[in-house]
Amino acid sequence: MTNLIRLRDDAPVNDPVADFEACCDQSNATAVRIEPGDDARALLPFLDRLNLVEVNFPAFGDGRGYSAARILREAGFTGEIRAVGDVLVDQVNNMKRCGFDAFAPDAPLDADDLETALNRWPEDYQAAADASTPIWNKRHE
Amino acid sequence: MNILTGNDLKTGAVVWWDGNNWSLNIEDAVDVGDDAEAIMAREEQSRRVNVPYAVAATLTDGVPRPDHIKDRVRGLGPTVRPDLTLKPDDPSAITEII
Amino acid sequence: MYSYDQYDQAMVDARVAEFRDQAQRRIDGKLSEDQFKPLRLMNGLYLQLHAYMLRVAIPYGTLNGRQMHALADIADKYDRGYGHFTTRQNIQYNWIKLEDAGDILADLAAVEMHAIQTSGNCIRNISSDHFAGAAQDELVDPRPYAELLRQWSSFHPEFMYLPRKFKIAVIASDTDRAAMRLHDIGIQIVKNEAGELGASFYVGGGMGRTPMIAPNIRSFVPLDQLITYSEACLRVYNRYGRRDNKYKARIKILVHELGAEEYTRQVEEEFAHLLQQGIEPPIAELERIRTFFEDPAFEDGPKTIDRSDPDFALWVDRNTHRHKHDSYVSAVVSLKPVGGIPGDATAEQMHLMAELAEQYSFDELRVMHTQNVVLPHVKIADLHALWTKLDAAGLGTPNLDQIGDIIACPGLDYCSLANARSIPLSQKISERFAANGKQDILGELKLKISGCINACGHHHAGHIGILGVDKKGVENYQLSLGGSEAEDTALGKITGRGFDEAGVIDAVETVTDVYLAQKQGEERFLDTYNRIGMAPFKEALYD
Ligand code: HEM
Ligand code: SF4
Repeated sequence: MTNLIRLRDDAPVNDPVADFEACCDQSNATAVRIEPGDDARALLPFLDRLNLVEVNFPAFGDGRGYSAARILREAGFTGEIRAVGDVLVDQVNNMKRCGFDAFAPDAPLDADDLETALNRWPEDYQAAADASTPIWNKRHE
Repeated sequence: MNILTGNDLKTGAVVWWDGNNWSLNIEDAVDVGDDAEAIMAREEQSRRVNVPYAVAATLTDGVPRPDHIKDRVRGLGPTVRPDLTLKPDDPSAITEII
Repeated sequence: MYSYDQYDQAMVDARVAEFRDQAQRRIDGKLSEDQFKPLRLMNGLYLQLHAYMLRVAIPYGTLNGRQMHALADIADKYDRGYGHFTTRQNIQYNWIKLEDAGDILADLAAVEMHAIQTSGNCIRNISSDHFAGAAQDELVDPRPYAELLRQWSSFHPEFMYLPRKFKIAVIASDTDRAAMRLHDIGIQIVKNEAGELGASFYVGGGMGRTPMIAPNIRSFVPLDQLITYSEACLRVYNRYGRRDNKYKARIKILVHELGAEEYTRQVEEEFAHLLQQGIEPPIAELERIRTFFEDPAFEDGPKTIDRSDPDFALWVDRNTHRHKHDSYVSAVVSLKPVGGIPGDATAEQMHLMAELAEQYSFDELRVMHTQNVVLPHVKIADLHALWTKLDAAGLGTPNLDQIGDIIACPGLDYCSLANARSIPLSQKISERFAANGKQDILGELKLKISGCINACGHHHAGHIGILGVDKKGVENYQLSLGGSEAEDTALGKITGRGFDEAGVIDAVETVTDVYLAQKQGEERFLDTYNRIGMAPFKEALYD
């Protein structure tokens, strides 16, 4: 996949990607793709065997995938969560905060713009799925 | 007649298609007939205009008058601030578009 | 009031840099308008009927003199010398250039202001009671909670692409001055039986084309779970709010379709889960924020005014509000001169309000959702001097909550979504009722006008509401009666067929005449309407 950007060090997962329903039915899929309307919590029983969850963004304005990624991380999922589809450079930092660690956008992202976007924010106000310490904790350290 | 309007990308000013360029004055607007889509696509692509759209208008005293009040207000300015319209010295301009 | 530390400042500065970069990418053609639109909207930049419009956030409506001066300077430097205060306690500029937007945001950041999330499908500016910290009837100052929510909602990574916009209001008194139950989330700070403070959550209110009053979904959330509970409310909405139809995408529709009970059940489930995640800010943060909202050093002084000047006495009676310290009042600066444009203020007027706040109100101002400005802490002894200066600048109209104190959205004069003009109508109505002397005998009467069904002018919540509709390309107006956005929140009912502009002005007068004829004792218009119902009004209007 040419447009794949990864923020993790392990080897990219190239397992065949099952769709959500197939994944929930058949017990051996190791990679799955979920659509905005799919309930990420339905994947929780299978997290142990999953290496990759692709979260599809058919349109960049549909933000359900952000919640899906956070829910997976909150459940302790450590595999790759990849944002695919209509993913724009101005969105990747928030996606990263929600637990995405790979991006496969339909339209390639400009490398400089990506670098800028990922380093834009000096701090974060609130807790999310990343390791960032929220401002309000730093204030009272 | 069919005329084209949009906003200047950088300044936001309301502009009208005069056949070659985008004018600030609705008086310059020309009938684009069936070419509206082609002109808008080309002009938006080259970023000479932002969110263009076609407006149905009627030639009145030699000047295009949009059929809908919204575009007439667009062509002049806010009716509640004559001083900020394109015709601050013409008190009848507002009554003519309402 | 709150002031930024290095963290807040760093975030706002980073946003300025980000938006400069985004605007440049748009100008360079790297971003299409479709891609740029949500980005500019999250910075309050609209494309309106005549130009770009910038909406600047005034968090919970509170600002100081320096900030008001800066707003005036922006009006002069980048706009056409004026700004428009809105029903969500913000200010809008109507003639902004995209190429200037970055510089404007930088000027704002220099005075701890921004336009972050003033539009777009994200959590918007948090609004609050305009008399917060001053009102005699409040339990506590609601603004520390609003500030905490501001920080939580700013750049919230999960909630930037919600199904639709999301508006939160926080109050802390039983009197509702913020239309709390007409928000996506309305929060009232309350005390439980043990005497502890907590938050009562109302979710799923709103105006627009399907107005709804928010039901209470939980009467007490402990303050050390406030953010976690809010997060749960938002997550359920983000996951399940409708995205197939923009007109059904607000949380009110979700709550309505699921039923308040089922929505609450889902929130509680998510809440239980999120409590395990440790996302709540330390309670010390709330304590830190509270220190910014401590009372200024009030001094004892005269408690009454000299009533020998009747104009002054009238203004005091109408435009001041009882303060928790009996030597002070909150004074309302009317942006509703007879025949004027509701909510508009010139740069000079903004400078003057800033100076008066510095001189008479501990350097504090508030924007009201009724599009006026409050000086929250004015010594009764200073009222005459204050009034004299306001009056000379056209800011002393004594019409708070009277028929001339009209809320009007920008309407067809500025707004590309409008069906009809709102401002000229409000001007003519205020002129009519000032000239015929009826304003003075009508008492409290809240008239609200929207130029289309989006209801930016709160017409559903007007004692008298007017809605602009498009009747085959001609402006037409529907009248409604009986709405309220106070603690007796109610939605107005349409009287019947619509009117043209002259007709609706006459209709308003007809309706007020019915009230005057039927009024009993001290009844307000709304009370009379509630007692006698729609029929007598309808009869007078249409028979
Ligand atoms: C001129 C540019 C404006 C545009 C394009 C605009 C657009 C909209 C739209 C589309 C809605 C309906 C949202 C929905 O129901 O989902 C809305 C609602 C609203 N707007 Fe505006 N608006 C504008 C100006 C204003 C102004 C000047 C104010 C304040 C005076 C304002 C305050 C509100 C309020 C209070 C609501 C109702 C919120 C609700 O439905 O709960 N807007 N606006
Ligand atoms: S109510 Fe309609 S006309 Fe008025 S500002 Fe809102 S969108 Fe525009």
